[in-house]
Amino acid sequence: MHWVFEPGFFSSEPVHVALVIGGIAAVVSAVVGVFTVLRGQSFAGHALTDVSTAGGSGALLVGISPLLGFVGFGLLGAGAMDAIGVQRVRGRDLATGIVLGAATGLAALFLFLDTTSGATTGATQQILFGSIFTLDPSEIPIVVVFSIVAVGMIAALYRPLLLASTDTDLAAARGVPVRLVALGFMAALAVAVGLSALAIGAILSTALLIGPAATALRLTNRIGAALVAAVVIGVGVTWLGVLLSYDSYYWVSDQNAVPVSSLIVGLVFVAYLLSGLPAIRRLTGRRTVMVVTEAEEARLRGQRVSSRAAVRSDGDSPRSRRVL
Amino acid sequence: MFSSFMTNAWIVATIVAPVAGVVGFFVVLRGAAFPAHAIPNSAFAGAAAANVFGFSALLGLGAFAAAAAFGIATLGRRGRNDAVTALILVLGLAIGAVFLSSSSEYEPQLYSLLFGEVLGVSTTELWPVAGLALGCIVATLFLYRPLLLASTVPDVAEARGVSRYGMELAFLLVLAAATAMTVPVVGALLIFSLMIGPPAAARALTDRPPLAIVLSVCIALVTVWVAIASSYQTNWPIGFFVGAFGAFDYGVGRVWAAGRRSRTVRKRGREGDAPIDPSMVMA
Amino acid sequence: MSVSLGGRQILDNVSFTVGAGEFTGLIGSNGAGKTTLLRVILGLQHPGAGRVLLSGRARRRRTASVGYVPQKVLLDPDTPMRARDLVGLGLDGQRFGMPLPSATRRAKVDEMLKAVDAERFADARIGNLSGGEQQRVLIAHALIARPRLLLLDEPLANLDLRSGQEIIALLHGIAVEHRIAILLSAHEMNALLPVMNRVVYLAGGRAAAGTTDEVVRSDVLTGLYGHHVDVLRVHGRVIVVAGPQFESDDASEPDGHDPIIHVS
Repeated sequence: MHWVFEPGFFSSEPVHVALVIGGIAAVVSAVVGVFTVLRGQSFAGHALTDVSTAGGSGALLVGISPLLGFVGFGLLGAGAMDAIGVQRVRGRDLATGIVLGAATGLAALFLFLDTTSGATTGATQQILFGSIFTLDPSEIPIVVVFSIVAVGMIAALYRPLLLASTDTDLAAARGVPVRLVALGFMAALAVAVGLSALAIGAILSTALLIGPAATALRLTNRIGAALVAAVVIGVGVTWLGVLLSYDSYYWVSDQNAVPVSSLIVGLVFVAYLLSGLPAIRRLTGRRTVMVVTEAEEARLRGQRVSSRAAVRSDGDSPRSRRVL
Repeated sequence: MFSSFMTNAWIVATIVAPVAGVVGFFVVLRGAAFPAHAIPNSAFAGAAAANVFGFSALLGLGAFAAAAAFGIATLGRRGRNDAVTALILVLGLAIGAVFLSSSSEYEPQLYSLLFGEVLGVSTTELWPVAGLALGCIVATLFLYRPLLLASTVPDVAEARGVSRYGMELAFLLVLAAATAMTVPVVGALLIFSLMIGPPAAARALTDRPPLAIVLSVCIALVTVWVAIASSYQTNWPIGFFVGAFGAFDYGVGRVWAAGRRSRTVRKRGREGDAPIDPSMVMA
Repeated sequence: MSVSLGGRQILDNVSFTVGAGEFTGLIGSNGAGKTTLLRVILGLQHPGAGRVLLSGRARRRRTASVGYVPQKVLLDPDTPMRARDLVGLGLDGQRFGMPLPSATRRAKVDEMLKAVDAERFADARIGNLSGGEQQRVLIAHALIARPRLLLLDEPLANLDLRSGQEIIALLHGIAVEHRIAILLSAHEMNALLPVMNRVVYLAGGRAAAGTTDEVVRSDVLTGLYGHHVDVLRVHGRVIVVAGPQFESDDASEPDGHDPIIHVS
């Protein structure tokens, strides 16, 4: 196995840190990401990464903790997006873009002030591309705490969130406060994204949020399986990327740490493409229908699956029991 | 601020704004804000590659932008469009990062690619930019009818023989061209904000498509001019002002539209016929 | 013709003819294959076997002789387009370039708006119109190109009773006056009975075509569905009822003998 695991891999501390933090970030991103992709909010997820990094630049300027800057700004951005663009699908897209544009403008300003005030050089590069290998082991506890917060929020919202994401009308009819759930989800997204943008860089953050989740959703219809698959894929590509990067000695010097992120992104993309292959599709037997299984949906709706349920005014769904 | 030193900046802005206004009209109509953000960002990889291998930045930008456009149109056909757009965006940035890492003095160029360096435009650059701008506008107007049809009623368009995929690809390629042309001079951020803020305002002010395009161009011009003036006065980056004023344009559009909506409801209420409640169409 | 999709046989050996000026209803519940059939006629989907002939000739993709009104359109109130603009696109929307404003163009659009009784809201934004109003605009859009055949996918689905009746009357008038063949799909045939010349009834992937009296009969529908079906006529309305031999899929159904009623 020598040629796979280059000497020193398992004993190197930066590698440990990278594996742990990268792994945690991958898990959180995957869980939040499945819902993000399901709700069609990939743009918001990515935009929040950029918004967070704007916050990071601001934090750098003002001299407060970067975590506060990332997550705080992210929450502000999420709030703004929710406030101005919740109503129509296309309107939401535009609102996200506007918030992104304004936030990036602020980032431009912060970075400009950073460099002119002589605080740091190479600030742009650092903030935008970050690095999974230049992390401080002391940051691990904070990363863990915020990860638990983000995942906890998702877990707390799980059932209403799932219903609101797959069938908004039904959710509203069953008394789910759809607007509040949407807001809650955005907050969880902001925390998850802010955290991962700080820990692993803006680019990788989006990639790990969207990639494994989108891949998982192409492989399976069922939400539970999708969550598991996304986590497995996310952690898998992250660790594989770390390993490959170490093996190729790319990360020997600080300067060339960036390619690690690129490697992982590349792997994410490849995984997505692979999931589209006809062979893989046949393997998973995926039908092109809904996400939630009948049993799960029936439980959510609180109904027994029966013929009587068929006489509904909402017409015929492929899963209803009506024959005529 | 009108010294000869600044002349080029004013000229380039005046060339870029109409492109943003015309192409942006369709960006907003089609809800294509994400690709409009993703394509310039992934195009940046092309500029980085050009820097490393020593060929024309415009070529690099154009090639990568076109590739991104193609990827989004094709992969997005089957999969979820927004997820695909996100993946292509990060792939472009990641590839760019690889090229970036091999050169250490890229910081100022990186900053200017993203946030704009309007003041650094040389006179020789103006002509190619003007030519490409004209090309983009002509291309968009050439696509006007079928694109309008495919963007508003895609099923009907398909039945008329206007391919949904074909229009999407054509539009994204025009977007890529507009992007590749403007990013070196005004930065990715600026072109994006100009493509969504002004058209969003314009569509609130008028009901007719051609008029909306004209207004979109006018508002984009005013926005970018005020941004240049502000940047000159405060010495702050122009990207900041464009982001801020773009948001302002959007806000004005929202307020105006809300005012118009309440006027319509009141009028229709008198005639006894209710319009569809827009807030019912939830995401 | 026969059509398969995703491994399932959607339509099997379906065959019928629609004549000029005839009003034909395509009846069937959701999932019966109505939309598939319409898509095949439009050329958006290819039949596994069989073909579509328009005026005796095989169908070409870019033909203006078939107008189409889809079931659902998502029109945003923020979209800057008036009703008359959309109708205008019906004339030449598939051609490149920008439309040149001309008196003839405007006259044609006005004439069409008048024909569908849409003058009141001709200058309103399409996204601000009610369902029925949008439908009229889409019909005008389809008609302005002078098609020979007009296809409508479930036009009555989202309309209230009165609007539905108005649309049916409008369409009937158009069929008669302009000698245009109309084929519209619905899962409820009672609203169409007064104006329908012919009906194509889809069930179980098969179809029965003919006049209402010929098709909507117990024996014919029983043959289509593959299990016993009764057709009752009550005060001029038709009711199709599944017989007691109908099997329930749910084995835990306590009293499985209640017939499921389907009002057509």
